[in-house]
Amino acid sequence: MATLAERVHPGWERLLRTPSRVWWSSLPLRVIASTLGASTVVMLLGGFLLMQQATDGILRAKQQAALAEAAVALDTAQRSLQAADLASSNVNEVLTRLAVEVVNRGASGGQYEVVVQGPVSDIQSPRVSATSVPEMLRSRVAEAEGTWVTPTEIGWTDGTPPVPGLAVGGSLVAPGTGRYAIYFLFPLTSEMETLQVVQRAVVTTGTLLVLALTAVAALVARQVVDPVREARLTAGRLASGHLDDRLRVRGSDDLAGLATSMNFMASELQKQIEQLEELSRVQQRFVSDVSHELRTPLTTVRMAAEVLHEAREDLEPLAARSAELLYHEVDRFEGLLGDLLEISRFDAGAAVLQTEETDVLELVEREVAAQRAFAERSGTPLTIIRPTRPCTAEVDPRRITRILRNLITNAIEHGEHRPIDIWVEGNEDAVAVAVRDHGIGFEAAQAKQVFHRFWRADPARARTVGGTGLGLAISLEDARLHSGWLNAWGRPGLGAQFRLTVPRVRGGVVRMSPLPAIPRDLTLPGLPPPGGPRAVGGAGVRAVQHQLTASAEEPR
Amino acid sequence: MSDAGRVSETGRGSDPERTGQRMRVLVVDDDAALAEMLQIVLRQEGFEPIWVGQGDAALAAFREHQPDLVLLDVMLPGRDGVDVCRDIRAESGVPVVMLTARSDTIDVVAGLEAGADDYVAKPFKAKELVARIRTRLRRRPQAEDADVLQIGDLTISVEGHSVRRDGSEIALTPLEFDLLLALAKNPRRVFSREVLLEQVWGYRHAADTRLVNVHVQRLRSKVERDPERPEIVVTVRGIGYKAGG
Repeated sequence: MATLAERVHPGWERLLRTPSRVWWSSLPLRVIASTLGASTVVMLLGGFLLMQQATDGILRAKQQAALAEAAVALDTAQRSLQAADLASSNVNEVLTRLAVEVVNRGASGGQYEVVVQGPVSDIQSPRVSATSVPEMLRSRVAEAEGTWVTPTEIGWTDGTPPVPGLAVGGSLVAPGTGRYAIYFLFPLTSEMETLQVVQRAVVTTGTLLVLALTAVAALVARQVVDPVREARLTAGRLASGHLDDRLRVRGSDDLAGLATSMNFMASELQKQIEQLEELSRVQQRFVSDVSHELRTPLTTVRMAAEVLHEAREDLEPLAARSAELLYHEVDRFEGLLGDLLEISRFDAGAAVLQTEETDVLELVEREVAAQRAFAERSGTPLTIIRPTRPCTAEVDPRRITRILRNLITNAIEHGEHRPIDIWVEGNEDAVAVAVRDHGIGFEAAQAKQVFHRFWRADPARARTVGGTGLGLAISLEDARLHSGWLNAWGRPGLGAQFRLTVPRVRGGVVRMSPLPAIPRDLTLPGLPPPGGPRAVGGAGVRAVQHQLTASAEEPR
Repeated sequence: MSDAGRVSETGRGSDPERTGQRMRVLVVDDDAALAEMLQIVLRQEGFEPIWVGQGDAALAAFREHQPDLVLLDVMLPGRDGVDVCRDIRAESGVPVVMLTARSDTIDVVAGLEAGADDYVAKPFKAKELVARIRTRLRRRPQAEDADVLQIGDLTISVEGHSVRRDGSEIALTPLEFDLLLALAKNPRRVFSREVLLEQVWGYRHAADTRLVNVHVQRLRSKVERDPERPEIVVTVRGIGYKAGG
């Protein structure tokens, strides 16, 4: 019952609005309420039957007693009447006397009142009202000889409230003068009292029984629900990683069976998880061993290649070219190895974020400076569009730099020597960098695929930079590690834009990127911004794009 | 360091004596091919390499040959590279450059905390390695103006490569001395870790800032009265370090 109070009290108004929710919110509540309802109905029915039978029994007994009493009194009166000398006295007087006698007898027992229908007027016990005798009985008695009984209400002349009673009617036969009706009125006061006592007893017992049953139901519900609840809590703890938690098993009933099954499930889960963890550990160790084992010979090869490369002028032309190829390919091999190891580190969940308060703009500037030579070689102008507000964030500078490097080299590689814009912007809780190229672009449907490992937009297209094919996949993982986003936008012929958004604080949530996902130069000034990537397209866009390439010069 | 007294002696004394002579580099690596390649490159660059393939033989070779610099692999048979580094530091301040295969693991920090001055991650370029070695062997051109600098209650003699507090000398490795000197030369300037990496370690691009953090801790443990509350090398939150006092 405490559970009920606990559950109903908080948000009580809201819960009232949805009674079904309250109803389904607690099993004990349902059990208790059902028990309460059912036992109340049973108790009402039982009480009703009990009262009816008791009333019947008591009334029947009283009726018989009344009849017997009346018969005796009638007989006595009849005999007195017959013995009376009717000649010497008035019938009325005799009847009055008789009536008084009978009344006295009745009064002495306190059992009945008497009404005698005399020849002239009614003679009756003091206080009792003659109207207490129902007309029906009067007419019955007037019609024939005999004794009748009927329930009635006994009225009083002194103003006390009427009481229910029994009226017994009979007649006295006075020799020669005729029949006189005599009525005995038996008040049922004591019977009513008895019945009231019985009723009170029934109600009290019923109420107590209902309450007791409810309490029993609560107890039983608790006995059933508590283990279930414990099981639920344990399951919750298991789910949140406390794999050592187990349920207590008591006895051998269904609940114990449930506990045993749950414990079995938990230990199986634990075994599986530990196996997976072990696998992950093995994987990590393997990765780190591969790393070490491959790196040492690679270092030797690299240094040897460098020595050969340095000396290439003294070599035969073929050997010299071979030395050159060896030198460059070792670099590529190293990059590939590094990226593979990095990816497997992410896969093993071994990547660790080392954040520090960093100015993202500074990282961008540094990376652009580092890429400047490469960009100039390919004839690609790089432009940074500076932010309107400071762009410091708690990030891992090594990883952010790596993302930037990947995005910028990627843009240069696919940018068709056209200008590349690098936007930096921040808002309340996030910092974003967007790298926009005007190169070959890609289909809208490929925006996800570009992050796939070793994916190529056009397999026939030769690589000019010799990227590993893992750059964007690693960048995506790096962004995720920051709980940030990395979005790709592209259209064939319109170029592409990659947008990185990271929260300003570690573990923060990015709600909105400070930069749009669709390149800004595709949004006409004065026109509403396009509703989505699909709103951009068609022949008009090309013209718009040219216009905007010009206007985008302004902020530079 | 307990044997700090000897540290400064060896670390400083060996340098000028060998001018005109080939610098000796002790290569401790178990990979024969890499060791040979390293020796080829080092010889080409004008050094005199000595090779030891076992971790447990490294200290004996170090004592015997008195090298000017030690190239130390982390994974070694016999004795772990980090332990070898600690052994060498216990008796000398000679520059130690670790060769690590796993730049992102605790190996690096363990090596630096054991006293290594710098590390090079495999696979490195020969030029990169040689640049690192030269930086560690290069003696900084002396400051023209001041020979004696003051930082807090420390007196730094630039010429004599010594640091004194109340007349008694505090033994520092050459790297720690360079680090302290860099801060002391510009007492009002706040140095970012990147700037220190460039000035003290000779890195042109941003490198591992753990180098700075670990060596600042090591330096503090020697020069601060209470390393928990530094007064000589003060942290400027979010920026870097500056000279205190």
